[in-house]
Amino acid sequence: MRTVFQLFITFFNIGAFTLGGGYAMLDMVERAVVTKRHWIEKDEFWDMITIVQMLPGVFAVNTALYTGYKIKGLRGAIAACLGAIIPSIVIILLIAVFFLDYKDNPVIERIFRGIRPCVVALILSPAIKMFINAKVNWKTAIFPIATVVLVYFFKVSPVYIILATIIGSVAFAFYSQNRLNKSKS
Amino acid sequence: MIYLQLFWAYLNIGIFGFGGGYAMLSMIQFEIVEHYQWISAEEFADIVALSQMTPGPISINMATFTGYTVGGFWGSLIATASLVLPSLLMLYFVLKMLFKHKDNYIVKSTLSLMKPVIAGLIFVAALLMMNAGNFTDFGLHQNNISVIICALTFVGVFWAKINPILLIIASGIVGYLVY
Repeated sequence: MRTVFQLFITFFNIGAFTLGGGYAMLDMVERAVVTKRHWIEKDEFWDMITIVQMLPGVFAVNTALYTGYKIKGLRGAIAACLGAIIPSIVIILLIAVFFLDYKDNPVIERIFRGIRPCVVALILSPAIKMFINAKVNWKTAIFPIATVVLVYFFKVSPVYIILATIIGSVAFAFYSQNRLNKSKS
Repeated sequence: MIYLQLFWAYLNIGIFGFGGGYAMLSMIQFEIVEHYQWISAEEFADIVALSQMTPGPISINMATFTGYTVGGFWGSLIATASLVLPSLLMLYFVLKMLFKHKDNYIVKSTLSLMKPVIAGLIFVAALLMMNAGNFTDFGLHQNNISVIICALTFVGVFWAKINPILLIIASGIVGYLVY
């Protein structure tokens, strides 16, 4: 029970003080669960993170869930997860209550007129980075282009596009693996 | 009804939210602004800025904030819980399956194909936000300060790797001074 509570507190602290979410918190998690508390081995921790990175959902939440699970099973997972998200929920709720009251205030309105075009650029930047990271070439460019056309002009939900990508690529992988096996035999 | 829609929208984002915070942000944008039209593109930009400036994962912040805007206190809790729930339910499945098959060819090729698609999704989110509400002074005979802010922010975050929070604060100050 004591470890479960400590897990909650550890992730609560990380959730309350890491700006920038996800990858910024990894370093703090490693320091807390590997270096300080010796709950898990360093290699074990980074092996786990490699897999957690592939999962859908909130990366910080998944990191908390799997670290918690490794240390104290399901109860540990839930404690770590709650610890990681409760500070966010409380802080954001306070801001939301305040913001909805004051958003029509002329000063706030002027400030946010400046911030809005900035946010557009903040979203554009990871999109371009992802293009580079995915090594998009003339052949694979069809995927992002089709995505943009489907969502922007035909209002197809991103959920369906991800689903179609999974089904399509699993089918293609099976097909090409089969062909590879046949040509070997 | 609105609670049920919030639950369904965020449950789907939790299940199919591959590719990190910004990929999920593009899904949230689509569901909340384009599909259900609960909030405008301007309000969405405000919420992104505030979520970026506060500690914690941006998608959790976004879920709580949009949930609160749409359905009050319970709306915020339902949105956030629905976003996290799939991760919790997938825990056992992933531990049993994926940890054994992480080097599997199919798993790897699926994830690598997902990347260009996610790049497209995030790009669309930015595209959908380029409207008159977010660029209030855009036009032939106007001073186009909003365009300048956007361009400078892009240079700042993409090439100069300046902390986004500093860029948000700087843009807010510029907005206060010029508008």
